[in-house]
Amino acid sequence: MRGIPPVTTPQRRGDAVAAPVRRIPWSRETLVSWADRQAGAVLVLPAVLVILVLSIFPLLFSLYLSLSRFQPVSGGFRIHYVGLLNYRKLLLGSEREHFLGRLGELGLGGWLAFVVLAAIGLVLLWRSLRASPLSISRIAGHTVVAVAGLLALWLAVRTIVTSGGRPGTLVVTWVYVFGGVALQFLVGLLLASLCAQQLPGRRFFRVVFLLPMMITPVGVAYTFRMLTDTGKGPFAPIANWLGYANVSWVNDPWGARIAVMIGDLWQWTPFMFIVLLAALESQSPEPIEAAIVDGANRWQIFWHITLPQIGPVASTVILIRLIEAFKIFDMPNVLTGGGPGTATESLTLHAYVLWRSLDYGTSAAVAYSLLFVVTFVGIAYVRLVHRRLTEAL
Amino acid sequence: MALRWRTSPTSPSPLGAIISYLILGFWTFVVLFPLYWLVITAFKLPVHVNEGPTYIPFVDFQPSLHAWRYILVDLGNDTLRPYLNTVVVGVTSSILTLMFGAAATYGLSRFTYRVRLATALVFLGFAVLAAVGIQLGLPWQLAVAGGLGAFALARAAALRRVGGPRLGNADIAFWMISQRMLPPVAIVIPIYILFQRLGMLDTRTALVVAYVAANLPIAVWLLRDYFRTIPLELEESAAIDGANRYQILWRIVLPLSLPGLVATFLFIFVLAWNEYLLALFLSSAKAQTMPLLVAAQNATRGPQWWYMSVLILLMIGPVIALAIVLERYIARGLLLGAVRG
Repeated sequence: MRGIPPVTTPQRRGDAVAAPVRRIPWSRETLVSWADRQAGAVLVLPAVLVILVLSIFPLLFSLYLSLSRFQPVSGGFRIHYVGLLNYRKLLLGSEREHFLGRLGELGLGGWLAFVVLAAIGLVLLWRSLRASPLSISRIAGHTVVAVAGLLALWLAVRTIVTSGGRPGTLVVTWVYVFGGVALQFLVGLLLASLCAQQLPGRRFFRVVFLLPMMITPVGVAYTFRMLTDTGKGPFAPIANWLGYANVSWVNDPWGARIAVMIGDLWQWTPFMFIVLLAALESQSPEPIEAAIVDGANRWQIFWHITLPQIGPVASTVILIRLIEAFKIFDMPNVLTGGGPGTATESLTLHAYVLWRSLDYGTSAAVAYSLLFVVTFVGIAYVRLVHRRLTEAL
Repeated sequence: MALRWRTSPTSPSPLGAIISYLILGFWTFVVLFPLYWLVITAFKLPVHVNEGPTYIPFVDFQPSLHAWRYILVDLGNDTLRPYLNTVVVGVTSSILTLMFGAAATYGLSRFTYRVRLATALVFLGFAVLAAVGIQLGLPWQLAVAGGLGAFALARAAALRRVGGPRLGNADIAFWMISQRMLPPVAIVIPIYILFQRLGMLDTRTALVVAYVAANLPIAVWLLRDYFRTIPLELEESAAIDGANRYQILWRIVLPLSLPGLVATFLFIFVLAWNEYLLALFLSSAKAQTMPLLVAAQNATRGPQWWYMSVLILLMIGPVIALAIVLERYIARGLLLGAVRG
């Protein structure tokens, strides 16, 4: 069947005319126009399917895993539904010390820290509640945040500012997230406002300051291990001079945590820097010029004009970094291996350790706890801080 | 002229400039010193590392290429294979992510989607049923085909009349981008089990698939703004000339947004290049990537900093080059994304 002989063509045409006008269903032309009409679906479907299959279903399956016990058997696995047993194990059972930490006795300093921090938090919440008209949902939201915040603060203080207490992976993750992001934001803002000035050589600083963000976190972690080595690192003479020659930060829980946070600061300050700098450079100059004419000083200009203008962007980068920081894994895993003991383990690392020991159920429960905390913090931040800063504009 | 220079809001006084330079110089040192230390350690002999720190090549110690020779020549394939894996997985996954992401983002910026929430939920239900079917031992092709078929039937017939809330473009875009919030550890165990069942653990394909899913939200997030800047008139006149949707996308939209596509591609590529957690779960030997190789160095005889430094330099060299090229795009892309939320 190699092509139709030309002789038959007229005959075929005649047939087509005689028959009622009907399109051949799968001719190329109709296929193309059909595809054209379906373009909207065709364009979006691949992405939707990828996210469904590799994000949404795994998420649902993970939820089921966290409610069950996973047993590898030959040629596959068996899953028993066990209800909330895995979560009980985290909050009350054998994983409690690992996850929540060991509660210590609260001394005077501990009480002081708790009362002061709680008071600051509650005053800020109260002011935020009074800032716009009251409604039942807003009161309920603020109450939930207040209760959760007080519980979290209580746990943090009872495990950190005490004698005999030891923070678990949950609290350590909070330290990384809130301490780390605050530091990164402040350093990033300082560097960005310096770079936004008309200084010769700005472009050089911009490129250099960007570099750490692109470097593989695993590489950053090993580099910092080299740098913080008190025997062979570049700062060994200083450590020697200070009398820390034989003291290794690896053996001190807070030394190790601070090393992780410094590595994280080094890596992620550039993100804050680069976005805040772009925001500073795109602000309109007129209000500043007017303020100078009116005799405002630098600090007043920064506080009353620049900060409100970059507020929405600043709030968004903080939100993005908060969410990303909760996932911290590479740095503690490579820099300290989670040690000494479990002192530098983040929640993700905790889940990984449990997975490696084939306890899939508890591992999924830890992962879901992380998901829950991230979601709660994210929503609370958007409702209480982000929305106000972006609406103010 | 001097007066004008003084009053310009963004130029500092001489004293301010000195302080600024001091702080900026300090941070430059903070950023560059670790990199400098990496470079010189890569050229040190073990004795130069172990006997306390030495700082300046040719003065403190005589540089040597022994570590480079060991990693590149003696180990040869053991270094080359992870490197090749990282390149192949990075490039393939970034191209696929860009294709899916660009198509979806273009669709979301030019078409109006109104999906009924009920339809989405029914689809999800069928998909879960298909998953249960696989779990109960049905061949997965059959279960997936059955699920899709049932969904098509349901969509075609009954659900047309069901009302209920609808999802628009903004909801779909938000849904896609919000996947980035998800901690990867919350989904990696099911993905691990999935690839285990399919016999695809420790393959490049598994890594590519996982990376596409992980980076798609970023692609959608960054590309949204690039497509929005392309004038609709061009597309309309092309449509009048008889071009179909795909031709418009291929011949007009994609060429016009090329800078954005390149920047997004490189950004995703860097993320895939640096990825550690998913690789740690999904690959071990054959599909090992560079971050895994570097992380595994600690194992036996304690850290051998000279070899480690060479490996880290090999690993971060390309991304540092990209960072310098990309600096402008990254700032713009991240800012646009940040402003839009």
